[in-house]
Amino acid sequence: MELYSLTIHAAQEMLRQGEISSVELTESVLARIEAVEGQTQAYISLQPELALSMARLADERRATGEDNALLGIPLGIKDAIITQGVPTTAGSKILENFVPPFDATVIGKLRQAGAVFVGKTNTDEFTMGSSTEYSAFKRTRNPWDLNRVPGGSSGGSAAATAADEALATLGTDTGGSIRQPASLCGVVGLKPTYGRVSRYGLIAHGSSLDQIGPLTKDVEDAAIMLSYLAGQDPLDATTLPAPVPDYVMEMKQAPDLKGLKVGVPQEYFVGGLEANVEATIRAAIKQLEILGAEIIEVSLPNTKYGIPVYYMVSTAEVSANLSRFDGVRYGLRVDGGDMWNTYHQSREAGLGPEVKRRIMLGTYALSAGYYDAYYLKAQQVRTLLRRDFERAFEQVDVMVSPVSPTIAFEIGAKADDPLQMYLSDVFTVSLNLVGMCGISVPCGLADGMPVGLQIVGPALGESTILRAAYCYEQSTMWHQQKPQGLTVS
Amino acid sequence: MLKLTRQEVEKIAELAKLTLTEAEKVMFQEQLSSILEYATMIQQVDTTGIPPMASAIPLSNVMRADELRLSLSNEDALANAPQAQDGSFKVRAILD
Repeated sequence: MELYSLTIHAAQEMLRQGEISSVELTESVLARIEAVEGQTQAYISLQPELALSMARLADERRATGEDNALLGIPLGIKDAIITQGVPTTAGSKILENFVPPFDATVIGKLRQAGAVFVGKTNTDEFTMGSSTEYSAFKRTRNPWDLNRVPGGSSGGSAAATAADEALATLGTDTGGSIRQPASLCGVVGLKPTYGRVSRYGLIAHGSSLDQIGPLTKDVEDAAIMLSYLAGQDPLDATTLPAPVPDYVMEMKQAPDLKGLKVGVPQEYFVGGLEANVEATIRAAIKQLEILGAEIIEVSLPNTKYGIPVYYMVSTAEVSANLSRFDGVRYGLRVDGGDMWNTYHQSREAGLGPEVKRRIMLGTYALSAGYYDAYYLKAQQVRTLLRRDFERAFEQVDVMVSPVSPTIAFEIGAKADDPLQMYLSDVFTVSLNLVGMCGISVPCGLADGMPVGLQIVGPALGESTILRAAYCYEQSTMWHQQKPQGLTVS
Repeated sequence: MLKLTRQEVEKIAELAKLTLTEAEKVMFQEQLSSILEYATMIQQVDTTGIPPMASAIPLSNVMRADELRLSLSNEDALANAPQAQDGSFKVRAILD
């Protein structure tokens, strides 16, 4: 058993017993990166020396008697999350040489816990995309089939976790960007309730939609990570004052799913869902029933409006959030002779086509004459989506669905058709709009490629979805499967 | 018949401070038109009396005491400046 293939909880047990050191564990992960990174291209940047010094520090802290679940654990961090002194690009040329002068809150929390950071993972530019193909620097490949995308925008994080290039990674989810790549790469991905995890230091995409969350090898690791990430933050006024439960303990509280009401939203099983994916999901739902859950058909009538609402609301927020990239205080500056032209030239040179597309969509939706018909209307339909979910959660405890309508598609297949790319988010965007929580857990293979089961819960329902996901996972072998697409000599 | 005119594309680009190439103008006119065409389906929804939802959380006006606190040092704040001078960001003139 190679150290790099361990889960967080298994590695921590060995660290506690003194069987391994964090330096050994980190060296194993770094060697693994050396062996496969050329194939996966999961990382935008790597910091091996820094990682080893963090590992040495973790071993020293352990020697003084310190003990916690993340002490000495090597992690990858999505490059949309700022890390002090370590370049953070958001996958964009406009931040190619940006070195943050401070840490994101979650990074501070992980440092305090003694985690080790090995590198910054690849992302679609400013987390806008569903395949990581829009990264300005490189295309990440799916470790299960290098000709296929890893999903996006946390494709680098998903690929790194799947390929054992970190014991776990951080990703971000605005419209599905943790859950979808997790599904496509066969790992666990959790999007917390909006407000559960601080966004301070997350380079903003959609401020009412973004959340940071873990991509892990199993559900227990996701629960461990969440317990460190969650909590109110005075630096982020949108964080909830709710206490953070012991997620690991709550996850393990029952041996089966008796008493759990699981909703199956009928609108998620129509049109566009590939037959092989549907069959895999249906089998997983059957498994939940075998575990004792009560399966109840529910309806989320406004589902089909999720995508247009998302692409009005999120792009409107994008048009505001990306106006700070103007070449003035940081990032690329291309001098244009005067102030206005400098803004124009800097943004033209630094921002990629998908980012420009979304800025323009959002600008249009907010502009005079169109605001009511697009943005305001979308906000109203958003309320209806929220009411759909609230009504459903009066009848059931969690809901299940596919994450992606297809398995991972081939690189280049959708890159030239933005609308097609957007439509692949149909099962994930609603959750961000309504602000509730969801997890993708591996539930099988279709044509040899991973399929994820999405389990969603009401606001602050993380314990319930973790419990359901854990019980399901432990009754199957999917979490033990490793990608078949890598060549290692 | 495309939903957006070329003039509208140029106007949006100006509002967003984006200089588009000729090829980009053509591409974005087509792509934005098809996306917006798709998005007009939300017009079908009856939203009479439905309040708009800007955020998923029940919080508003989260305040802290008005006390002086440490912030970034001047040096840190300028660390990524494309151009700096006398402890400030140096930019092109706004006024002649």
